Amino acid sequence: MTESTLQPVKTLTGRGVAVRGNDIDTDRIIPARFMKVVTFDGLEKHVFEDVRFDQDGNPTDHPFNREEYQGASILIVNKNFGCGSSREHAPQALMRWGIRGIIGESFAEIFFGNCVSLGVPCVTLPADQILYLMELVESDPSVGIEIDLEAPAVRVPARNQEWVAELPDGARKRFLKGTWDALAVLLDSGELIEATAQRIPYLNDFATAS
Amino acid sequence: MGKSLLQKVWDLHTVRTLESGQTQLFIGLHLIHEVTSPQAFQMLRERNLSVRFPQRTFATVDHIIPTHSIQRPFEDSLAEAMMEALEENVQETGVTFFAPGSGKQGIVHVIGPENGLTQPGMTIACGDSHTSTHGAFGAIAFGIGTSQVRDVLATQTLSMTPLKVRRIEVNGELQPGVTAKDVILYIIAELGVNGGVGYGYEYAGDVFDRFSMEERMTVCNMSIEGGARVGYVNPDETTFEYLRGRPYAPSGDAWDRAVSFWKSIASDADADYDDVVQFNAEDIEPMVTWGITPGQAIPVTGNVPRPEDASGEERANIELALQHMKLEPGQPIAGTRIDVAFIGSCTNSRISDLRAAAEVAKKGQVAPHVRALVVPGSEQVEAQAKAEGLDEIFRAAGFDWREPGCSMCLAMNPDKLVGDELCASSSNRNFIGRQGSPTGRTVLMSPQAVAAAALAGEITDVRNVL
Ligand code: SF4
Repeated sequence: MTESTLQPVKTLTGRGVAVRGNDIDTDRIIPARFMKVVTFDGLEKHVFEDVRFDQDGNPTDHPFNREEYQGASILIVNKNFGCGSSREHAPQALMRWGIRGIIGESFAEIFFGNCVSLGVPCVTLPADQILYLMELVESDPSVGIEIDLEAPAVRVPARNQEWVAELPDGARKRFLKGTWDALAVLLDSGELIEATAQRIPYLNDFATAS
Repeated sequence: MGKSLLQKVWDLHTVRTLESGQTQLFIGLHLIHEVTSPQAFQMLRERNLSVRFPQRTFATVDHIIPTHSIQRPFEDSLAEAMMEALEENVQETGVTFFAPGSGKQGIVHVIGPENGLTQPGMTIACGDSHTSTHGAFGAIAFGIGTSQVRDVLATQTLSMTPLKVRRIEVNGELQPGVTAKDVILYIIAELGVNGGVGYGYEYAGDVFDRFSMEERMTVCNMSIEGGARVGYVNPDETTFEYLRGRPYAPSGDAWDRAVSFWKSIASDADADYDDVVQFNAEDIEPMVTWGITPGQAIPVTGNVPRPEDASGEERANIELALQHMKLEPGQPIAGTRIDVAFIGSCTNSRISDLRAAAEVAKKGQVAPHVRALVVPGSEQVEAQAKAEGLDEIFRAAGFDWREPGCSMCLAMNPDKLVGDELCASSSNRNFIGRQGSPTGRTVLMSPQAVAAAALAGEITDVRNVL
């Protein structure tokens, strides 16, 4: 990814796919055995692998296997999604599968941060609205869902519905300004970084590790 | 009003406040391993950036390394490719690499402390969620994703959202047979796997004051399992004594300057906390998990919960967990037959863990149906254990003694559960599929409890064999 590809993320619209369950950890999103890689290419093939295939390798009826959800870009989840390991392989696998935004009851912190650096917003809604959205996309996989980061809100335009969504302000600004990929902003600090290093005692007064 | 250690360390390392309201935080120590770093180095190359402070990054190999033989090339070509990528990356950038055979290789969260790299008042980042371990020294240490590994390599800084601080006090005296692992399993069971989101946990009180550094590391290690990205203990004499004489610790005059800085960075007596919780040490028993999150833990003398005693979502969580674990509602957890016993991982593979487990191993033989392995956390732990004859004790009892690495904690190497094997494990995660088999089952407990389970062939109260 190069800086020139960094665009503000303001609104996302797409079909939804629901993955039910609390505490879905990153081992479940991408099992560790698929992390024996030196690039992120091809990770989408193994997203949710252990629940998408049974012990004999036959596909289950997991939503990520089902025809009607191919091409869906908005993932709807319950509580504490993405807990566990810090592996960026998890959001990478989801993103490479086609997920552009996630709506959930809550997210694990490192997972949330990893998603921000990839330009994939994770917004939260209360439990009953999540349940409603899950039932909606389960009964009508073709329905369009919109995540509006400016408001921030989640909408189902076809049904004239709108809910206030939550997204921490720092992350929201990074999406809106196109600075979700932090590196360019961090590099901007230039000499301030050296200046900080110079006032940290363990790097100067009693440095041993250099 | 005084400040907490977290606030002081945060302020000291703040480069600037970003437009987003986040802090650009200087990272004093960056640790890397083979799984989450190759893509970060690749991203640097794509942007034509170099490593800004190569002397502040240290590398090890731990996740994929085989524990039966470290002969190169590794049998697993994927593991070999990851190892080669790491070797190339450190060579190209001048990052120090604790390679296998150097005497310094090991699990990233074991080697930082034992080499004296981890020190009070530092900010420490690593592409690994258990980086919270290093908080035991009074450092602010957190796990990051690969894009952030790239950020640290390129700028030695990160964009971070400020954290709130919850002080968790455990006062009184632990009962005999109750370990640091039991304390953290208890805390997570009480506060929930989500309870720490947005917080750094400051662990304090009588129990932590008395704990050794290794015990503090065990607790801080699992902060992330309670949702807290950071967990720390204020530095004190125990911390200083541990660091004295370690390879990367200051010495001579510098030592005194270091100690005075370390003392100054501890939380003030009148520090302001966003939340305070208190527990009684006497209430804590040896704990084991019965489910599929580290928060699903009960005393080993307890019974597995019944879904019908809970409602709504909690009930569904219990049902799902029991179904995966193949346990009956309401059954006593003790007496559950195990197939595998694993002593290792960054939670419990240090020398004190192995000593405690060996004490138990001395008392019998591994049950015939149990496959038991001991994986030291590092080459230094391995050498020390051998010097004390612990490897012989384990072997004599029927345990398999292995080379250091992460091993069956996450099964990226050949050490895996097969089918629905049930594993008594001293690691930190019992997630579905964590130990390499989608139907495998993990029961978390202290290393001495794992040893006791290995001998008994079933989950058992370690106090019966002590
Ligand atoms: S021992 Fe387990 S938890 Fe610790 S770093 Fe290795 S894989 Fe991660």
